[in-house]
Amino acid sequence: MTHLSGWPWAILPQLIAAAEPAAAPAATVPAPSSTQIFWLLGVVIGLLAIAYAVSVLLKRYPEGTLNPALVERFIHRIRIWWIMCAILVAGFLLGRVATVILFGAVSFWSLREFITTTPTRRGDHRTLFWVFFGFTPLQYVLVGISRDLYGLYSIMIPVYAFLYIPARIAFAGDPKRFLERSAKIQAGLFICVYALSFAPALLHLPLTRLDGAPWGRDSHLANAGLLFYLILLTQLADMFQHLWSRLLGRRVIAPEVSATRTWEGFLGGVTSTTLIGALLWWATPFRFWEAACMSMIVAVTAFAGNMVMSAIKRDRGVADFGTLVQGHPGVLDRIDSICFAAPVFYHLTRYFFSALA
Amino acid sequence: MALTAPFLALIAKILSGTNVRWIDSQPDTCQRVYFANHTSHLDALVLWSCLPRDVRAVTRAVAARDYWEGGPVRRHIAKSFNVLLIDRENIKVHQSPVEMMIREIGQRYSLIVFPEGGRTTGEDMGEFKSGLYYLAKKRPDLELVPVYMENLNRVLPRGEVLPVPLLSCITFGPPIWLEKGEPKANFLVRARQAVRRLKDV
Repeated sequence: MTHLSGWPWAILPQLIAAAEPAAAPAATVPAPSSTQIFWLLGVVIGLLAIAYAVSVLLKRYPEGTLNPALVERFIHRIRIWWIMCAILVAGFLLGRVATVILFGAVSFWSLREFITTTPTRRGDHRTLFWVFFGFTPLQYVLVGISRDLYGLYSIMIPVYAFLYIPARIAFAGDPKRFLERSAKIQAGLFICVYALSFAPALLHLPLTRLDGAPWGRDSHLANAGLLFYLILLTQLADMFQHLWSRLLGRRVIAPEVSATRTWEGFLGGVTSTTLIGALLWWATPFRFWEAACMSMIVAVTAFAGNMVMSAIKRDRGVADFGTLVQGHPGVLDRIDSICFAAPVFYHLTRYFFSALA
Repeated sequence: MALTAPFLALIAKILSGTNVRWIDSQPDTCQRVYFANHTSHLDALVLWSCLPRDVRAVTRAVAARDYWEGGPVRRHIAKSFNVLLIDRENIKVHQSPVEMMIREIGQRYSLIVFPEGGRTTGEDMGEFKSGLYYLAKKRPDLELVPVYMENLNRVLPRGEVLPVPLLSCITFGPPIWLEKGEPKANFLVRARQAVRRLKDV
């Protein structure tokens, strides 16, 4: 850790921990056993069950008292959370490789939504074929094989795929809007595949405390718990942002990008997520204040992801990714926040809370 | 052979991620002619696989003999889908494609036709060939169901072998019939518009 101490972030959590004696009891918490992870899971599933019950009640409400579109969105969102939960639990039970494969499938599907919404030309066809069937699986194979391939999977897409894409398009011989077409395919591959692949990459980090003491007795379960924590936070950030926007929202951040995202929602969302993330410190290698910092970063990056994807959607004139015609939001609409939060969360964890730093 | 059709239908469905919509129209096993725009080799396969199983069993796609007999794989596929192959090249008076279609469907089968004749590359649909008109004239009882297929040309464009798995959309519209005494040109324009209108619903 010493070689990084010049970097302000490196000392910040230590400073906070030192300044705050209340955080001291957290240090005495023993390394987590699987029971703690299952507690976290149990709490989330319990909350989801309550949310599901509420949605069933809302459906029975007499017509006219509630906005049916809102109820519909709420029910859809809960269904998505159940699916996310199921995927993560499957990952818990089946192991690391299975989780990597599941995330790979999610990447593949969201990339397909992204490219469908993006206009491409005939000349891009073969490039797209290799993006879908070459680079996308390869990235997940590299992530799945071993953490020792970090040097390769962290540059494979931003260097080699990004060089391949414009080269292949140039060979196809259609110069019309060349740079725009290459950039769009690169952006899709970057957001949907590269960024998201850092979420399952969390599973192979040898986790430690900030001071380097090993953390997590049952390695896979501990890491799976951390992945669960990350995704839980991104979803909470989304939810709280909407909630606070609805309750207090006045100043819209960028009306042309998103008419519903406000500064009040942003601040409220970040604060609430930070609070809950900090309160869940016991499921992670972080101490209370470290967990607060990490949650705050996750909330901010998740929000940034939402804004970026909103901007892309407005530019394309669609309400949602996914179906060509109007319908339910697609996979990409659900994971945009995870895509932006995952690489940042992964690297912070890697540098400060793993034996690989 | 019995396995090829469902297997290929599943592959085509996965690859094209098709979203199926029936607008003012319902799947039915009654005798119909589905007529659609044509942009990709996958068109017939995807349209066929988007129909419910019982409808599929009585629906046959019409395709060009010269293409689908060009090799053992294509021939096998054409056979397993029970494709109705017609000659584009040497059309004889008593062997006209329309005569043959009517003979082949009897009182049981429905047809999938692409009245543009060949695949179009551009955004816009080509003019409809007159086959649909003669079919409707000789069998006025057939329901003519317009179908619009979107994005399949991006999944597998002309001249490509490898598909890119984008999402596509198939829209079935309300049936039309040939009006009494309606001139050929008017009917073909009307039929073409029936397909094109589905693009915007």
